[in-house]
Amino acid sequence: MLSVKHLIDTYSLTADDITQILDTAKSFDPIVNARTIKKVPALRGRTIVNLFLEPSTRTLKSFELAEKRLSADSISMGGSTSSVVKGESLADTIQTIDAMNVDMFVVRARLAGTPQVITQNTDAIVINGGDGKHQHPTQAMLDLYTIREHFGHLDGLKVAIVGDLAHSRVCGSLAPALKTMGADVTLVAPPTFQVGDPTWFGCNQTNHLDDVIEDMDVVYMLRVQLERMEGAAIPSRREYNRLYGLSLEREARMKPNAIICHPGPMNRGMEIDAEVADCARSRILDQVNAGVLTRMAEMYLLLGGEE
Amino acid sequence: MDSYKLKATIMDEAAMKRAVTRIAHEILERNEGSSNIALVGIVTRGVHLARMIADEIEKIEGSKPPIGTLDISFYRDDVMRHIAPVIHATNIPFDIDRIDIVLVDDVLYTGRTIRAALDALMDYGRPKTVQLAVMVDRGHRELPIRADYVGKNVPSSREEDVRVRIVPIDDCNIVEIWEKTTTEGSEA
Repeated sequence: MLSVKHLIDTYSLTADDITQILDTAKSFDPIVNARTIKKVPALRGRTIVNLFLEPSTRTLKSFELAEKRLSADSISMGGSTSSVVKGESLADTIQTIDAMNVDMFVVRARLAGTPQVITQNTDAIVINGGDGKHQHPTQAMLDLYTIREHFGHLDGLKVAIVGDLAHSRVCGSLAPALKTMGADVTLVAPPTFQVGDPTWFGCNQTNHLDDVIEDMDVVYMLRVQLERMEGAAIPSRREYNRLYGLSLEREARMKPNAIICHPGPMNRGMEIDAEVADCARSRILDQVNAGVLTRMAEMYLLLGGEE
Repeated sequence: MDSYKLKATIMDEAAMKRAVTRIAHEILERNEGSSNIALVGIVTRGVHLARMIADEIEKIEGSKPPIGTLDISFYRDDVMRHIAPVIHATNIPFDIDRIDIVLVDDVLYTGRTIRAALDALMDYGRPKTVQLAVMVDRGHRELPIRADYVGKNVPSSREEDVRVRIVPIDDCNIVEIWEKTTTEGSEA
């Protein structure tokens, strides 16, 4: 059993919660990746609504697949196809869906705090599938799983998170979760992309990727959100790539056993060079696979067993 | 919480050893040798019992049948009431199609674990037959399930708990009956 009823953020999770999620995900691995019949009846008869108020492909499909693999019944609703666009308030939308007796909401929203608000309008369990710049806890769990699979542990690892930290819910959930598990986190970004608070979750901060890359076990590249470039937070695509992009030259300087992660979707040639994304160190596709396993674990642990 | 106290030890190390030996012989007799059989132990004690039976079969036949482990957590019918805190990985490192599978568990009681195990097993393939071996059959079935090989039939009360202890999880191989002690006034 987890110590939380809903999965809203990672800083509420204990090390024990995270370990339970990762261990449970591990036990789904042979089912999903080695068997002909890739599903179990664990959540048979449970109803899950994927309420995706912001566009998403990989997170939504990962959840949908995880739900099918657990035999849950699920429906997915998007912002443009829901009554939110007709002017219905979020609370009314939730109460309307809730009246159909659902067990779980998976929520993706542009507005930070939306999943938390939804918990107040339903008895169902809520999983945050990414809310604004706030949190993306299920992404953090799949990242931890991927890293733990490679190294066998998380404590003591040196992890650099590189890129648009200030706008990143991925960083917002990954960094605290890594700290909880005893990893050493270094945030690498231009000053305009830094988190602002120099003591934030006890992470080291630097503006220079070249200063730290040789020490790192994990280099985690964030997507540069091109839609935010209009504000001139960074001078140009080429300059960003030169200073913060993961090039083959930088990849060659990494520790022999170090790995590269990226939450996707990638801007090849911007934060990560095309050859690096496909190199032997890259765990990007393992992360996608881990996404289904860890989401299965989260839903199983939150929906199973109330006693 | 219910508390229990030891009522009796109903099988000692030697009795368990004899039961395992007999079960091994019965499995071989019914399946006409060990060429087409595999053992699948249900976690956690069923796995170690399966290993004991496999060792006996090896002594008799000269070769050891394949052993798999089966965790039924994701197949239980009471997932909504409680979930097991630790999930042990299922590991069936052989193709079960057209094989005679002997499921092994320590205690047969309501039959619900075996129901879940059958469902789990069928998701791995289509065995030729599935047979069931248990150290103790204590009755009180809630489903139409029976064992093919039984170490000992132990008529028990629902108020009792039958515990099979197996090395290396426990420090000895014995079977005990524990009875519930009513704890007056204590809140569960």
